[in-house]
Amino acid sequence: MITGPDIRSLLPIEILAGGMVITMLVVALKRNHTLTFICTLIILAAAFLSVLFVWPETPHAIGDLFLIDRFGYYFQALVLLSAFVVTLFSQISLKNFYPEKRKSAYYLLLLLATVGSATMVISTHFISFFIGLEILNISLYTLISYYRERPKAIEAGLKYLILAAMSSAILLFGMALIYAVTGTLSFTGLANTPPLPGSSEIVILIAGIGLMITGMGFKLALVPFHMWAPDIYEGASSPVSAFIASVSKGAMMAVLLRFFMMANLYGFKQIMLVFTVIAILSMLTGNLLALRQNNVKRMLAYSSIAHFGYVLVAFIAGKGMGVQAATFYLTAYIITILAAFSLITLISQSDNEAIDIEDYAGLFWKKPILATIFSITLLSLAGIPLTAGFMGKFYLLTAGVGKGNWLLAFTLVISSVIGLYYYLRFIFAMMRTDGQNFPIASHPSSLTGLLILSLLGAAVIWLGVFPAWLVSLVGSLT
Amino acid sequence: MILAWTIFLLMGTGLLAWLVSRWSDTLPRIISLAGTLLFLGIVLYIWFSHPADQQWIIHYTHSWIPSFGIRITLAEDGLSLLMLLLTAFLGVLSVLVSWKEIKTRIGFFHFNLLFILAGITGVFVSLDLFLFYFSWEVMLIPMYFLISIWGYENRTYAAGKFFLFTQASGLLMFLSILGLYFVHGRSTGMYTFDYEALKGTLMSQPTAFLLMLGFAAAFLVKLSTVPFHSWLPDAHTQAPTAGSVLLAGLLLKTGAYGLIRFVLPLFPQASHQFAPAAMILGVVSILYGAKLAYAQTDLKRLVAYISVSHMGFILLGIYAFNQIAMQGVIMQMVAHAISTSGLFIMVGVLHDRIQTREIGQMGGLWTQVPKMGAMGLLFVLASLGLPGLGNFIAEILILTGSFMASKILTGIAALGFIAATLYSLRIMQKVFYGPVLKKWEIADFGLREMIVMGSLAIVIIWLGLFPNSIFNATQQMVRGVIEQVNITANMPQNANR
Repeated sequence: MITGPDIRSLLPIEILAGGMVITMLVVALKRNHTLTFICTLIILAAAFLSVLFVWPETPHAIGDLFLIDRFGYYFQALVLLSAFVVTLFSQISLKNFYPEKRKSAYYLLLLLATVGSATMVISTHFISFFIGLEILNISLYTLISYYRERPKAIEAGLKYLILAAMSSAILLFGMALIYAVTGTLSFTGLANTPPLPGSSEIVILIAGIGLMITGMGFKLALVPFHMWAPDIYEGASSPVSAFIASVSKGAMMAVLLRFFMMANLYGFKQIMLVFTVIAILSMLTGNLLALRQNNVKRMLAYSSIAHFGYVLVAFIAGKGMGVQAATFYLTAYIITILAAFSLITLISQSDNEAIDIEDYAGLFWKKPILATIFSITLLSLAGIPLTAGFMGKFYLLTAGVGKGNWLLAFTLVISSVIGLYYYLRFIFAMMRTDGQNFPIASHPSSLTGLLILSLLGAAVIWLGVFPAWLVSLVGSLT
Repeated sequence: MILAWTIFLLMGTGLLAWLVSRWSDTLPRIISLAGTLLFLGIVLYIWFSHPADQQWIIHYTHSWIPSFGIRITLAEDGLSLLMLLLTAFLGVLSVLVSWKEIKTRIGFFHFNLLFILAGITGVFVSLDLFLFYFSWEVMLIPMYFLISIWGYENRTYAAGKFFLFTQASGLLMFLSILGLYFVHGRSTGMYTFDYEALKGTLMSQPTAFLLMLGFAAAFLVKLSTVPFHSWLPDAHTQAPTAGSVLLAGLLLKTGAYGLIRFVLPLFPQASHQFAPAAMILGVVSILYGAKLAYAQTDLKRLVAYISVSHMGFILLGIYAFNQIAMQGVIMQMVAHAISTSGLFIMVGVLHDRIQTREIGQMGGLWTQVPKMGAMGLLFVLASLGLPGLGNFIAEILILTGSFMASKILTGIAALGFIAATLYSLRIMQKVFYGPVLKKWEIADFGLREMIVMGSLAIVIIWLGLFPNSIFNATQQMVRGVIEQVNITANMPQNANR
């Protein structure tokens, strides 16, 4: 029986879903790009405000399906903010590069994907989690290949479709195995009915969790489930890549954190060992593969593999400090990666986006503001002081060292030294003077875009210098 | 608070210089010069007005990230004040020497220059370990840009190498800082990065030794001690003159400063365990650096290797654990900064005129450029340790002090003097005297260059004649560190827990 408080707690999702229907009606009445765009922005903004408005003091559970607590709301807010930024830059990208027809469906899909992510982050049950995931996935298949005129879009979409469907199937199978053993589909139920150690059931349980990790690892692009990331990042348009890197991955990480906290899986030594191996492989592989990339989007894809390896260091550290560190780092990373992809959108000249390192040669002397912001984001990804990335990395290391995970801490340190090399390569390219004069965006750069980008850049610096408020905020979440 | 303001002053000047470069090429230089001069003025004011009998001349603390116990703690004692004076002085000079040398992207150059100075200032005044690491990192990126944008032919390689070495070792130090933070937090329940609080942390000896190694890694790399020195010749050679001055004059000194300020007081026993190895490394650096310096044909690379050799003396002196050697170390930090800066500026000016650094291309330049020759002679003599100049006092004190700690090693280290004579006189012989190999038509030092070199010359002579001005300022700090290291280390094994 749905009660008043239930409706109130789910307000953001209701606004999103209802707003989507209204947008659809608006599109039916008058097909106009700007109108749809503004409609989407208003819905996202309203949903975000409703998050702030109903920010809960005490957690509210809706059956086993959802738990609306501060943690969930924090991630919802993050998802909505990112979706807002992505929408803004989608408009710029659509307006400048793509054919006049079929622009409306894009925003609907974007809203739908946001609904899916917002559902995932508050779900505490396999069913709600899986439904949220599939809503997200199905919208992403279409979004990735949305601009089918681009050479690589269809390829990327198809690749994502096959792999994501496959990983969903594996994830489902894992859930089924867990259900077979414990007879429950809720996260807490799993914690309450642990099979006896040594019994044959525990093998099946671990196998089930292992399969789930495969499915989730795919969404997070962790090694060895990372192969899709560079192709999809490259094939999709920059705002969509930004959405995948920030919203989709962030929401999945939130689910993973909540799943392990609520189902209390930190006690399984084998599973934590698996995560340790995955973390080390992701950090090293991601950074090593990014070393020789001349393609910005592929570089960012590989770097995001490494960054989620970093987040795993905090994840492995477990409840308390670990979860806080992961949340902080995700926040910093999401802001940074949004800035990076938005920048690619702004610099791009045609639907062949500015992705080659040569496109950035001498950017410092042509577009100093954009180049400065890009440098800030790259330095933040590299974890240099005065940026959010540094504080995030400090938090991760503190969590890792606090639990005595020296191996992970060392790997993090070594791989971030490797990582520095390629971030600096791009910065150095921007400072060159001998670069061929790639014609960068001749259309007037969008003022809104520039403003939002500057805000993101300022946020990166702000978090790097005054992180105290965010630290205490993420500390109060769990 | 004034310390925080000086850092903001430098950063603000840098930003301003960058902004105004849109409209003028000279304005950034003037702004930077004014900013650094103001900085120098502030430091001089503190120097002359400070009371002598306090441990901390200035102490400022403010909450930063309370959940982690991170505070902005800035403090200054004799040693940091001396280092700040050096920073400000060399800061002014590096703006001056770049006046003609840097012709492209002037605003961004000065932005980097001033951010390096801000980072170095932060390193010298931070008493919170997190803040210290923060500043330590802040100075790296602009230095990387300085080398990789305005450097010479092989700059990308050199900048990358510099960055990887210092960054990797810096991160090891960061792990050690975190380790220390947790060890202290677990034993006292108070999680803090505060230097004074962490000083007396109780820990088992193996733990202390490992944590100490993390710190030492960062500082030994910065000090370019021999197995970790290979970044230095590349970075120094490829950097523009101002970059070389800052590298040799200040960045290397942050390594020595770190050892004195952090490693010895935080890990007294572990430092005693590490001392024999460190002293051997020091002696190896002295001799190996000298040998390589003698073998170079690139004049700038030669000067770079002189730094390796001189930094060996510093390492030897620090780990002798007595006041005489420590005073010598501090003297050496200042004297080496001055003498090497002098040499780098001379090489830079020469390179500007004849577009080569190959010694084989030079020869018999004295008649062409007598002023440059005379100045060169002064700094060459300083670096070989001629009595009456600063380096002599420093090296004699270090050797006297280390003689009490290890007679054999001191004996070997003293051979460094002979080697120093060889490589130093070779500079004079090959560059200014000897047969005229190629007829160069070049101008001598101009007024600006004479001001720069003249001020350096006055300082180096002053250091040689009135070394007490340095000793008085740092005496208390030195006594404190040495007593603490020796007393704590000689206590019975109370720290074995």
